[in-house]
Amino acid sequence: MAVVEVRDLRKRYGDIDAVAGVSFEIAAGEVYGLLGQNGAGKSTTVEILEGHRRATAGSVSVLGNDPAQSGREFRDRIGIVLQSSGVEQQLTIREALRFYGSCYRDPRPIDDVVEMVGLTEKIDARIGTLSGGQRRRIDLALGIIGRPELLFLDEPTTGFDPVARRESWKLVQRLCEGGTTVLLTTHYLDEAEHLADRVGVLAGGRLIAEGTPDELMAAAPDATISFELPAATSSDELRIPSTASIEAGVVRIETEFPTAVLAEITAAAVERGVELVGLSVRRPSLEDVFLQLGNDSGEAPG
Amino acid sequence: MNWPSTLKLVGEQTRYQVLTFMRSPVGLFFTIGLPLFMLVLFNALFGDGTVDTPAGSWSVQQFYTGGLAAFTAVSATYTNLVNMVPIRRDDGILKRWRSTPIPPSVYLTGWILGALSIALLGVVLQLTLGVVAYDLTIDVAKVPAMVVTFVIGVAAFAALGLAVAGLVPNADSAPAVANATILPLAFVSDIFIPLENPPRWLDLIGDIFPLKPFVNSFQNTLNPLVDAPGFTWDKMAVVIAWGIVGVAVARSSFSWEPSTSGSRRDRRRRSRTTSAAI
Ligand SMILES: Nc1ncnc2c1ncn2[C@@H]1O[C@H](COP(=O)(O)OP(=O)(O)OP(=O)(O)O)[C@@H](O)[C@H]1O
Ligand SMILES: [Mg+2]
Repeated sequence: MAVVEVRDLRKRYGDIDAVAGVSFEIAAGEVYGLLGQNGAGKSTTVEILEGHRRATAGSVSVLGNDPAQSGREFRDRIGIVLQSSGVEQQLTIREALRFYGSCYRDPRPIDDVVEMVGLTEKIDARIGTLSGGQRRRIDLALGIIGRPELLFLDEPTTGFDPVARRESWKLVQRLCEGGTTVLLTTHYLDEAEHLADRVGVLAGGRLIAEGTPDELMAAAPDATISFELPAATSSDELRIPSTASIEAGVVRIETEFPTAVLAEITAAAVERGVELVGLSVRRPSLEDVFLQLGNDSGEAPG
Repeated sequence: MNWPSTLKLVGEQTRYQVLTFMRSPVGLFFTIGLPLFMLVLFNALFGDGTVDTPAGSWSVQQFYTGGLAAFTAVSATYTNLVNMVPIRRDDGILKRWRSTPIPPSVYLTGWILGALSIALLGVVLQLTLGVVAYDLTIDVAKVPAMVVTFVIGVAAFAALGLAVAGLVPNADSAPAVANATILPLAFVSDIFIPLENPPRWLDLIGDIFPLKPFVNSFQNTLNPLVDAPGFTWDKMAVVIAWGIVGVAVARSSFSWEPSTSGSRRDRRRRSRTTSAAI
């Protein structure tokens, strides 16, 4: 049986549909990533599943429960890392973990949790003295202290340095090996690629694509090469492909094979002794993937 | 694995509330420090006078100690809850607790018992200062009445604090609401100024709201003109009635979600400066 089942979920705020008919399922032990731009409806969806918000319509089942009706038993089985929520600055990490941990049936030992999120050295520091990224790790620590079967992570690594991000990926992977099911939201495609077994892309409250990260990347647009067209040089002289666009003296080439195209053009430029000012190759960003998917689905995301 | 016992949970929650409060210098100053300072100040200003109240004439020292002790109890419960609950709500701390399996009733009991503990500390310090420095005499026979009056009072004012905290739109407006509700009442409730022959309507306002009945009941347990046991049940009935209203309102007004209006993230930290107007 699926751990999370969402069917035609809708949430209205005034006259905006924050979530406009979303359906997906998450199997036990799976890591499911929700990707989407700001305002796509990720947090709204996740918080309905957590029991923090009420759906306007549709049905959701989480661990066999209706989260809107569930109480203590349900919350003991889930772990929640909210997108943003404060924590008592006056307390030390140890104290906070102790107080929050005390409400669960079987909390993880504090030292283990602190070690898992990499805060061992700071365990007796007041939370108010910690950096933003360190505080975010406390959110993670508080999310896993109750040994959740299902963990909700709403943009868990925002504000992390690259090392901390990799560390937290390892942590999530370790939790998954222990059988924890994870629902993750993120803006970072690499994070989704790294962690998620399956990814759903939300735009404007709708799920516009779903699949494994590889399937998703295949839908991404090509790389873009751009540079300024040197004065008194024609595009033929530089062997610029006919698919290129030239606007206000700036050449843009979208291609599946940036290496080959670049080799052609740069060789031609070197032969003629001209410099290509502002030469750059841009890999598709997550933004581009979103825009592409948004266009494919016939509407602008966000 | 079994659930932790309710007793243990309530104990942890109370400890948590007291600990966080003790580490908030501003709250400590206004709740505990300021009333002590006022006791010293009022005694310096009106030291040898007598106060006429409906019960008769008694020394300024005993009058002020009782009144300020009762006021401390109200600050520690009503004023603090109205201030702190919306701050933690807007910071997302209440939502974080709502994410855990703690039963809401236990969580709220923690707030109330935490406030009660702080009130107890404040009152004990106040009375100790009164006894040591200002010849306050405590009649052992009236101690049960004092304790019962205290417990009923803090329970009622804590309930009212939670009720108003639920109605306050956001943390920024909380200090204003707390002060606007309690300070004007304090001036007609025999705390700062004993009202001798006040106009009828001021008297009435004092009697309708719970502050003056509580203050007078508490003062009576220290008033040498009142015989033991010292209960003032007619006044305490007003306090109890307000407490019941508080519980009813709190049940429907309490919210775990940060307010959606205003910017909570870049809000300045708690500004209780208006309290300094006392
Ligand atoms: N409490 C609320 N009241 C009114 N509108 C809301 C509320 N919460 C969310 N919305 C609206 O719903 C839409 C989706 O918001 P949501 O927070 O789910 O987006 P998100 O995908 O999590 O975005 P982000 O990446 O910025 O976190 C937005 O247009 C937002 O303005
Ligand atoms: Mg969000």
